[in-house]
Amino acid sequence: MSFPWAQQYQPKSGFTRWIDEKLPLPRLVYNAVGAGYPVPRNLNYFWNFGVLAGFCLVLQIITGVVLAMHYAPNALVAFDSVEHIMRDVNWGWMLRYAHANGASFFFVVIYIHIFRGLFFSSYKAPREMIWLLGVVIFLLMMATAFMGYVLPWGQMSFWGAKVITGLFSAIPLVGEPLQIWLLGGFAPDNAALNRFFSLHFMMPFIIAGVVILHIWALHIPGSSNPTGVEIKDESDTIPFHPYYTAKDGFGLAVFLVLYTSFVFFLPNYLGHPDNYIPANPLSTPAHIVPEWYFWPFYAILRAFTQDFLFLPAKLMGVIAMFAAILVWFFLPWLDKSPVRSGLYRPLFRKFFWFGLIPTMGVLFYCGGAPAEEPYVMLSQIAALYYFAHFLIVLPIVSIIEKPKPLPHSITDAVLNHRTGADDAVPLSTTGERPTDSRPGPDDAGLYRPAGA
Amino acid sequence: MARFIAILVGLFFGVILLWSFGVGLYTWATEEHETTAEHVFYEHPRDAKLPSAGVFGTFDVQQLQRGYKVYKEVCAACHALRHVAFRDLAQLGYSEAQVKAEAATWQVPGVDPNTGEAASRPGLATDYFPSPYPNDIAARAANNNAVPPDLSLITKARHDGSNYVYSLITGYQDQPAALLAQFPDAKTPNGLHYNPYFPNLNIAMAPPLTSDGQVTFDDGSSSTVASMSRDVAAFLTWAAEPTLAKRHQAGWPVVLFLIIASILAYLAYQNVWRNQKH
Repeated sequence: MSFPWAQQYQPKSGFTRWIDEKLPLPRLVYNAVGAGYPVPRNLNYFWNFGVLAGFCLVLQIITGVVLAMHYAPNALVAFDSVEHIMRDVNWGWMLRYAHANGASFFFVVIYIHIFRGLFFSSYKAPREMIWLLGVVIFLLMMATAFMGYVLPWGQMSFWGAKVITGLFSAIPLVGEPLQIWLLGGFAPDNAALNRFFSLHFMMPFIIAGVVILHIWALHIPGSSNPTGVEIKDESDTIPFHPYYTAKDGFGLAVFLVLYTSFVFFLPNYLGHPDNYIPANPLSTPAHIVPEWYFWPFYAILRAFTQDFLFLPAKLMGVIAMFAAILVWFFLPWLDKSPVRSGLYRPLFRKFFWFGLIPTMGVLFYCGGAPAEEPYVMLSQIAALYYFAHFLIVLPIVSIIEKPKPLPHSITDAVLNHRTGADDAVPLSTTGERPTDSRPGPDDAGLYRPAGA
Repeated sequence: MARFIAILVGLFFGVILLWSFGVGLYTWATEEHETTAEHVFYEHPRDAKLPSAGVFGTFDVQQLQRGYKVYKEVCAACHALRHVAFRDLAQLGYSEAQVKAEAATWQVPGVDPNTGEAASRPGLATDYFPSPYPNDIAARAANNNAVPPDLSLITKARHDGSNYVYSLITGYQDQPAALLAQFPDAKTPNGLHYNPYFPNLNIAMAPPLTSDGQVTFDDGSSSTVASMSRDVAAFLTWAAEPTLAKRHQAGWPVVLFLIIASILAYLAYQNVWRNQKH
């Protein structure tokens, strides 16, 4: 599971020896996030976000469990119980703002984490399983966040729930009964609120379980790194503790500065004012928008405005919205470039920075804007590129692209400051990766020729 | 094979999106773009310059007391404040005895102790502000078919809410001639009032503050329409979030602590890594 040179846990006292014999939990932690986990020495700050995401999950669970002690999941009193938390519970306002903004910051962190994975192709062999589990975590997070936003039972809670569960009615034949079954009624009401609360409470623990699998899968090949070159020997790595615990400590502190600035000074900036109006089934808000972290996918949903052959526009939008995330599952098999890191892939890098990132920006903006022109046309163009990027551009680029020469090893890259890639000294004239006399156990996937 | 299928799927999505885009573009290019009166004449709230605004914002207790008086004498005729209790008035600088006396000036729904029938009784400190109407139907009947919204969260339930309340109350005016010239159909209907700060420009609420001196302030401050509006906006900002000042006060030590912690964590990180190339 680890590298042969990994440090071994040495219990120092009689007590820790006793524990190590009965239940080697300290050994597990030591091997997972301690000195026993060798990590590439060249990780940049984008590799901080995994730990930050784990922190956010714990933060959300702790604040959420305490909030649940004061919240009442009943359509008659839910809204008032949230105000009770804000006004009468000691530091309740801080708990609630910490939880609401915690969700937003969780998504900020997870989006950076995902796009780091996309740029450095962290989904490629031998790390496919880590990536697949990560996409599962993201889907579970979206479901959890959606149900959490319904709980305050304000106008956006109610109408958001109505719109999103209404998506299921687009499914042919079973759609309508399915929607009624999911809601426990014809419209969101007490039955829906109760089950959303129950699921919102339960799902973070499922996420925590999948996170454990995600980290477990990570520890089999070890962490990736900005060069995309696999670890070859001990000089490429340093122990997670104290090196990356120190770096993650710094990252966490900076994250907390930003996060607490929102909690204490801009707590409602990322929310919608309409959610301070109690849910009213008889009054539709002027613009129903989900939380900001769903905007790119909401824009894709609304981009499909025309029926196509036997496919109604609404059904197409729903399929496309889910496909926009499901396509990530197939990335390990779509992008066959033997080079992982975007730093050594000139063509891929152009499509990433000038294609995918602006596209996400446009989709984000259009998803938050009203469903009118020119936003709909903009989101149609952006959605077109979004799908083309993953389904057409990536497969083709990985065939036609001529990657830059890779460094021999992580150590080589660090010593020669070649992580910037642009000033990389060509290691071979053919552009092929030079053969290495020390093949590592995990190298099979990396050196497959393009197109294999 | 996987890539071949992917490209086909990508083309499928692409064709449908292009089709949608083409139809949308054609419609957009051929139809006339009618703008609306709201689009042209709506105005964003003006800055009320409340002491609670900004990251150092706090409450001016004197102003809250004045705003409370405006609420009690003007707004409370139609608007409820159901999340606020009389005991909360202690935060406005009133003593316990003053809070009890103030609560007793309000009539709240109660029960006749002898007959058990619904009755009203003087308020206690633990009571919440009573609603002026028994239900929405009564509220509609009394207000030209519009329900006056509860005000206890109004400054959080509108964009830029504190400034919105101030701008709306001071924003009543005659409908501009330019509006009627451009949009002859957009004349303010009978029973509604033109107000450019209201999203659809025509609001059911009659101008609540119409003359200077309408409310007499106990601290002798002058009561112009602008100052009364500002004071009641301040009071409603407090009512929507009584913990706002405490939040700002608590935030500074937290953020400053974390900034110092970040610097220390950075130095620790550099120290740990001092002999490592990376």
